[in-house]
Amino acid sequence: GLGAVESAYSTDDDPNTFEEITRYNNFYEFGTGKEDPARNAGALTTDPWAVQIDGLVDRPGSYDLGEILSGVTLEERIYRFRCVEAWSMVIPWVGFELSTLLNRVGVQPSAKYVAFETLVRPEEMPGQRRPILDWPYREGLRLDEAMHPLTILANGIYDEPLPNQNGAPLRLVVPWKYGFKSIKSIVRITLTEEQPLATWNMVNAREYGFYSNVNPQVSHPRWSQATERRIGGGLLSRRQETLMFNGYGEDVAGLYAGMDLKKLF
Amino acid sequence: MSVDRVNTALRRVPAWVLYIVGPLPALWFLWLGLTGGLGIEPIRGLEHELGQFALKLMIAGLAITPLRRLAGLNLIRYRRAIGLLAFFYVLLHLAVWLFLDLQNWGLIRADILKRPYITIGMLAFALMIPLALTSNNRSVRKLGPSWRRLHRLTYPAVLLGAIHFVMLVKGWQAEPLIYLAVILGLLALRLRRAPRRAAA
Repeated sequence: GLGAVESAYSTDDDPNTFEEITRYNNFYEFGTGKEDPARNAGALTTDPWAVQIDGLVDRPGSYDLGEILSGVTLEERIYRFRCVEAWSMVIPWVGFELSTLLNRVGVQPSAKYVAFETLVRPEEMPGQRRPILDWPYREGLRLDEAMHPLTILANGIYDEPLPNQNGAPLRLVVPWKYGFKSIKSIVRITLTEEQPLATWNMVNAREYGFYSNVNPQVSHPRWSQATERRIGGGLLSRRQETLMFNGYGEDVAGLYAGMDLKKLF
Repeated sequence: MSVDRVNTALRRVPAWVLYIVGPLPALWFLWLGLTGGLGIEPIRGLEHELGQFALKLMIAGLAITPLRRLAGLNLIRYRRAIGLLAFFYVLLHLAVWLFLDLQNWGLIRADILKRPYITIGMLAFALMIPLALTSNNRSVRKLGPSWRRLHRLTYPAVLLGAIHFVMLVKGWQAEPLIYLAVILGLLALRLRRAPRRAAA
């Protein structure tokens, strides 16, 4: 195991099984079906792995994964995970707060946003051989969202290294936002002054906002966001109500004080 | 084997066989859903399997006339059964959505009104109802020439079904677009025919 320590940020909800978490994924780099990532991600090489950290930082450069992980305390964070497609899971992530990495590289005062990019390697990522999305997959956070203690970089689940289909070796987890914000297999982190591009926002800005906070009151043209199905209940499971900010409102609502979340969805 | 021999061989297969064989996949999907064979999320899996099977049957139904015209293959006897089975699978697909997926009339109403892909799917279903109700010999006799006109509703119904599939996935995915392309192709074969007939 990775030896992660417990965290007060974990939920008491029952976690989904390892099988559920690793066999029902959206990771279009490996295909658009939910079972495709588990089937196709095995060929991905995750060692060696480096993350390019650049933009408005004091110490830009290419950071080896080992270097990033040395000196951080890995915590188990059992978070609710809510997909924009109206299903959800509870996942025992292993990771560390993104803020510790950002503080280490030194965020410059002019930085307002953090941009992330996923690996592009069509030889090992068969979904990238077709233009389903404008590769690389991109996501972004406002700096205060990125620095929030709930925001983590994860390298494991169930105290084991992250399976490739879940975004190995290093992914973002932002539990109060729809799952697509939690970008996988990160190779680049850039601090910027302008709001960065985000892949699904580029595909359809009317449906996928930059913020994409879980919000049962903002209806999506494709899925009602009022309720969700917790994965694992079988054929007769019932939907449950979706919580504002996926139930993390107490911690994060302050980040959006005064904002019209119906407009800035 | 020549087309004539296939036609002769098929004369021995009555259409009612389809009513026995046709519902079996539905039972198979249900069995898979109950035993983990449809993956981690069986409700969604069952919904999709039934919907896709309905689209396949619609494509089969649309293919019958062009197959006769272009290849001389005569399957016209099976068309009614195929159409009714397509309706049966759409009905099951809808039932899974209503009773297993949403289970809440408020949500169902909101989905039908607010989500275009569901509005379109419901419209396709509505267009199929009169077709299913008039798929009997008595209606054919009673309606006469207007029966043919009424049953042209098949074309918009199938097209809406394919659009429903394209719209419900995130982004432009290959599988639904292939269904749409095949259906557009089969419909285009009919468009081409009309002016020629007018000229003759």
